[in-house]
Amino acid sequence: MSDATVASSARKGARTPPRKPPQTRERAFVTPEGVDLRLEIGDAGQRAAAFMLDAAIIIGVLVALTVAAVFAGIGSFIAGATSGEMIVVIWLLGFFLLRNFYFTGFELTARAATPGKRAMGLRVAARDGGRLRAESVVARNAMRELEVFLPFGLIVSRADQGGVDSWMYLLAVVWAGIFVFFPLFNRDRLRAGDLIGGTWVVRTPKQKLVRDMADEGTVRLERFQFSTAQLDTYGARELHVLEDVLRGRNRETMKAVAERIVRKIDWVRDGDHDDFDFLSAYYAGLRGRLEGRLLMGQRRADKHDRG
Amino acid sequence: MSVMQGDGRLKSQRFRQAREGDWKRLERLMDKAEKGSARRLSDEEILAIPVLYRSTLSALSVARETSLDRALIGYLETLCARAYFFVYGSRSTLMGKLGAFFRRDWPMAVRALWRETFASGLLMLGGAIAAAVLVGQEPDWFYAFVPAEMASGRDPAASTETLRATLAGEDTSAGLSAFATFLFTHNARIAILAFALGFALCIPTGLLVLYNGATLGAFVTLFASRGLGVEVGGWLLIHGVTELFAVILAGAGGLRIGWAIAFPGDRDRLDAAADAGRTAATVIAGVVVMLFVAGLLEGFGRQLIESTPIRYAVAGTSALIWGLYFYGPRRRPAHV
Repeated sequence: MSDATVASSARKGARTPPRKPPQTRERAFVTPEGVDLRLEIGDAGQRAAAFMLDAAIIIGVLVALTVAAVFAGIGSFIAGATSGEMIVVIWLLGFFLLRNFYFTGFELTARAATPGKRAMGLRVAARDGGRLRAESVVARNAMRELEVFLPFGLIVSRADQGGVDSWMYLLAVVWAGIFVFFPLFNRDRLRAGDLIGGTWVVRTPKQKLVRDMADEGTVRLERFQFSTAQLDTYGARELHVLEDVLRGRNRETMKAVAERIVRKIDWVRDGDHDDFDFLSAYYAGLRGRLEGRLLMGQRRADKHDRG
Repeated sequence: MSVMQGDGRLKSQRFRQAREGDWKRLERLMDKAEKGSARRLSDEEILAIPVLYRSTLSALSVARETSLDRALIGYLETLCARAYFFVYGSRSTLMGKLGAFFRRDWPMAVRALWRETFASGLLMLGGAIAAAVLVGQEPDWFYAFVPAEMASGRDPAASTETLRATLAGEDTSAGLSAFATFLFTHNARIAILAFALGFALCIPTGLLVLYNGATLGAFVTLFASRGLGVEVGGWLLIHGVTELFAVILAGAGGLRIGWAIAFPGDRDRLDAAADAGRTAATVIAGVVVMLFVAGLLEGFGRQLIESTPIRYAVAGTSALIWGLYFYGPRRRPAHV
C-alpha cells in the first residue's frame, strides 16, 4: 500500500464527524445534552447593519428627548416655575441610560437581541453552549465604551493644533481603530466585547418541515426493480441533488437528469413511464440503499467514495 | 432490502412519520413563545417544552446518523436551536436577578478581585504621593495634574480665603439634583471606560487610575499648604470614600481582564478572558451603583453639610458600611 492510500484511508476513517472548511459560517455549538446544533454565526455585514439600526434608534430617541426637554423647559419658564432642574436631571439620566443600558437591557430579555439584531435575525448566545448569563451581557456591552464611544469621541474632537498633537491624534485614531475593526480580524466575528463576555452572535433562522420526497418514491418503487449494483452507483451528494431536482419538478431538468442516470446505470427504459416516476423511484431506492449502509456505519459521501 | 418494511416505506420515513406530531407541537409552542412572551404559555405548555425539546434533540442525533432526508435534518436543527434558546434562555425575573446580585454576586465578585483591588489602590496612592511631592516642591506642577475646568479657580494662584470659601456648601439648594446627576453620569462613564480599557492589556487602565490619584494628590497638597488640610479632607472624603473606592474597583476590573488576556496561564486565552470578563462585569455593574450613591453624597450631602466633623463622620460611616458589606464575614450560601 502506498503512503497516499494509507493517508487517504486514514482520512476516511476519521471523517465520521465531517470536518467543515473554515470558510463557512457554520460553527459547532454543543448543548449541555451533548448534541452539536451547528449554528450559523452572523456575518460582518449583518452585524454592522444591526448596529446601524440600533444607533439610529438611539439617536432618534435622543433627539426626541432633547426636543421634549427644550419644550418642557420653555413651558416651565413661561409658567414661571422656579427651575427647570428636573428637566435637566431627566435628560442627563435618559442620555446615560440610553448610552449604557439600551443594549444591555434588550439583550437581557428572553430574545437576547436588540431591535436591530431582531430585524437582522440575530441573537446573542454563550459561546460555551450554556445559559447566557447577565454578567456576560453586561461585559460585552460595557466594552462598547472602548469600541464605539471612544473612537467616536476622537473623531468628533478635531486635531486642529498641528505639530505633535496631530501625530498623537493620528496614533489615537489608529489605536482606537483596532478595537472598531476587531471583528474583521477573527474567524468568529467576535467583538472585543464578545471576547470578554464569552459570547457570540448567531443567526436564528426558521425553517418549515417540507415534505419527504421518499413518500412519493416508495409508492413508485414497486414498478422499478433496481439491482444493488445500479443503486451503488451514487452517493449521498448525488442523492441530495436528485432531491432538489424532484422538488423543483422542472420538466426539462428532470428529463436531462433521468437520461444521465439511465445511461450511467444501464437501465433499460420501457418508454411508458414518465421522468418523475423514474427519478422518484430511483431516489427512494438509492436512499434506502444508502441508509441501509449508514446503519452499518458506512457513510458514502459521493459517487467517488468507494469506502 | 434491510431498511424496507412490509409496506415498502423506508425506516427513516417511518421514523419521521411517527414523531412528526411532537415536532409540530414544539414548533407551535415556539411560535407562541417567540411572538409574545413566555407569559402567554400555560403551565402545562411550559412543562411540556423541555420534554419535547429533549426528545426532538435526540431525534436530531438519530436522524443525523441514520437518515439522508436533508429537509428533515435542516428542520430539526433550526427547531432544536429555537427550543434550546428557550429552555436555556434567561427566565429569572428582574427582581430575582437584582436580589441575587446584591445578596451574593456583587460582594463575592469584589472579594474575588482583592488582588487587583490592592494593586489598583496602590496605583492611586502612588499617583497621589507622586503628585503631592511634586506640587509640594514646585506649586506649578498643580496645573499639570488638574485640568483648568475641573479646578475652576481652585489653583495655587488663588488666595487662602478664596480656597476656604470653595470648601463651604452652596448657599441655596437649587441646582443640586442636576449637579448630582451630572457627577454621577460623568463618573460612571469614566469607570466603565477604566473597565473597558483593561482589554488593552492593563496599561491604559493603570494610567487612568494613576492619573486620578495624581489629581487627588495635587488638590490635597494645595489646600494643605495653606493650612486647610483637615477641611479639604472632609470636603473630599464625604463622597470620596465611596467614589474613590468605586474608581479603584473599576480599575481592578480592568486589570483583571488585561491580566487574563496577557497571562492566561494554563487555560485557553479566550476562556480566561471570558471568565475574567464575567467577574469584572459584576463588579462594574456594582460600581455604577456606588457612583450613584457617591453622586448623591457629593451633590446633596457635601453642599448641605458644612461642618467638617460631620463630614468626617459620614465618610467614616460609609467606609465602615462598604467594608463590612464587601469583606465582612457572611454565611455561606446554601446553594452555590
